[in-house]
Amino acid sequence: MSAVLQNLINQPYKHGFVTEIESDVAPKGLNEDIIRLISTKKNEPAWLLDFRLKAYQQWLKMEEPKWPNVKYPRIDFQAISYYAAPKPKKKLNSMDEVDPELLRTFEKLGVPMHERAALAGVAVDVIFDSVSVATTYKQKLAEVGIIFCSISEAVHAYPELVKQYLGTVVPVGDNYYAALNSAVFTDGTFCFIPKGVKCPMDLSTYFRINTEESGQFERTLIVAEEGSSVSYLEGCTAPRFDTNQLHAAVVELIALDNADIKYSTVQNWYAGDEKGVGGIYNFVTKRGLAKGVNSRISWTQVETGSAITWKYPSCILQGESSVGEFYSVAVTNNYQQADTGTKMIHIGKNTRSTIVSKGISAGHSNNSYRGLVRIAPTASGARNYSQCDSMLIGDQCGAHTFPYIQVRNQNAKVEHEASTSKIGEDQLFYFAQRGIGSEEAVSMIINGFCKDVFQQLPMEFAVEATKLLGFKLEGSVG
Amino acid sequence: MIHQDSKTILEVSGLRAAVDGVEILKGVDLIVKSGEVHAIMGTNGSGKSTFAKVLAGHSAYQVTGGSVLFEGRNLFDLEPEERARAGVFLAFQYPIEIPGVSNSHFLRLAYNTLQSQRGKDELDPLEFEDFVREKMRLLEMNPNFLDRGVNEGFSGGEKKRNEILQMALLEPRLAILDETDSGLDIDALRIVTNGVNKLANKDNAIILVTHYQRMLNYIEPDYVHVMRGGRIVKTGGKELALDLETRGYDWVGVERRAPASA
Repeated sequence: MSAVLQNLINQPYKHGFVTEIESDVAPKGLNEDIIRLISTKKNEPAWLLDFRLKAYQQWLKMEEPKWPNVKYPRIDFQAISYYAAPKPKKKLNSMDEVDPELLRTFEKLGVPMHERAALAGVAVDVIFDSVSVATTYKQKLAEVGIIFCSISEAVHAYPELVKQYLGTVVPVGDNYYAALNSAVFTDGTFCFIPKGVKCPMDLSTYFRINTEESGQFERTLIVAEEGSSVSYLEGCTAPRFDTNQLHAAVVELIALDNADIKYSTVQNWYAGDEKGVGGIYNFVTKRGLAKGVNSRISWTQVETGSAITWKYPSCILQGESSVGEFYSVAVTNNYQQADTGTKMIHIGKNTRSTIVSKGISAGHSNNSYRGLVRIAPTASGARNYSQCDSMLIGDQCGAHTFPYIQVRNQNAKVEHEASTSKIGEDQLFYFAQRGIGSEEAVSMIINGFCKDVFQQLPMEFAVEATKLLGFKLEGSVG
Repeated sequence: MIHQDSKTILEVSGLRAAVDGVEILKGVDLIVKSGEVHAIMGTNGSGKSTFAKVLAGHSAYQVTGGSVLFEGRNLFDLEPEERARAGVFLAFQYPIEIPGVSNSHFLRLAYNTLQSQRGKDELDPLEFEDFVREKMRLLEMNPNFLDRGVNEGFSGGEKKRNEILQMALLEPRLAILDETDSGLDIDALRIVTNGVNKLANKDNAIILVTHYQRMLNYIEPDYVHVMRGGRIVKTGGKELALDLETRGYDWVGVERRAPASA
């Protein structure tokens, strides 16, 4: 790989600073006492503590999954602190009460937390380490009946709603990391869109891991009632540490009849250095239940960060004529590893799903697409279209595709397309010969490659994603 | 056309170049002046395409000796993109596909990069659209070319037309056409060569790299050079190309006592 490509990929991580803030950190280790401690700190009702303990009991019996195409040393779950919160932790009513140091942190990150500064008119919930520190626009959303708050708050303010839906899409024992999350989740976002309401603005959560030895286990629950719709954005960053931090989130979406949930992620957790030291282990379970007729769940993700990403945002298409979509760009560089994709479970009649996955590998990284399309016997007339494209930059990286297709209904139609391409000297030479420098060339090639996915992102996110990819890959071609 | 007050555009002296340590060019000498059309002919492996790529600055080739002056400047002081901006244009033998990048976006970026280099105004997408459509008429191209990915799914002939379209947009001082005639049917050849002829003027120069004489029926060269074993072993007028067509390449250089490696 030439020096030009090298330089192009290897841009420094811009969000790697640590905020000096006094934290309330739980002792390391995981046991029932810790779970009780978390529950007590959060002043939780008994049913939620039961939920946690049940999850913990299941987790103890489970094995860490071995099937992803990633390698990492065994995680010592007793060396992690399961709760870290900025001090003092008191109830915040407005942004003015937020610790100025925290505000500065998010300002640096470009998160529009301050209402006055929220140019884009995006309502933001901000999660710092384990707790939610601020939710903007709450009042305005409440006027139309939308609930948008931290999940801890929802547990107290709307216990019936949370109890009704929590764990219904991702059960406590669903998988190893979902069980762990269910046992120890500390905060997250709750969002409820009542019948017939079209959410007037994009809702957004911004996640930040700040403490070195803490894990982040947040939980997001979004319920869209009949005929409602919402677009939800999620962004993530973390400081640069030489150790690995664990991020094991669970996201559950529920769409009732004719409801529409669009969930977009730009993930830029710290990826480790150029030698592969440090970085976030991003082991996340995201699943949407398209429960009602004509409901729609759409995932769009741009995954650029984390040392390891293990994530399959999925759709269970239960309602008749419901629609599932998955649009993904996953970029890996240096020694990053990504094993990501989706599951489309067709249960209802005439359900439709679309999968568009774009993997870009550079450096010594490994990038795998893993996807399941399952057509149940009940899903007459179901259709799926999948397209998985991989792009290689340099000759030290890997791209892999693992599509699983299970069709149990004769009237279903499933299509799968895949391609692999390479940015090489010849492409860059072609651009150069037309006067276009390699940085611009790489960015143009990558954006062309990712166009189908970027088109799905909300405007501001699309701009951010384009820039981010530029940074990530700067210096990697030649 | 050879004319009196022409300026020297390219001066190649004793140029040597290698790929992966194997020397391909073994001392090329060539002088190209404004207004001239030069044809470089030769068999496969004679070094013609290497010569074209070395001039454009492809990184796979290492210059191992000799010099090249472009309008008096040392060409090898310039990066490939700087050479392009200075007015060196290569029409590729195998144009590269860039999926998802629209041709109009690519062409406009290339055009505007040169415009700003030349201290001229850049065009916005609407202005550019008008400008490029005008140029496309020259090559009888369908306007839907603009919306397609760069060379994506283009036929061989479409790719070559797209190359000449870029030449028309970028107005280079020196255009090197690397086997632009290969893969063209007779109609496409006529259209492409007709385009090139309209672009040739007294201030620029063209180097045609080709196997066959047939392209020279449409573009009349002022000089024909025969390359063999990495050197130019014979130079003549357009009649030399006709000779080659009937007699083949074997006799050339034998008369001149080419090196044994040839």
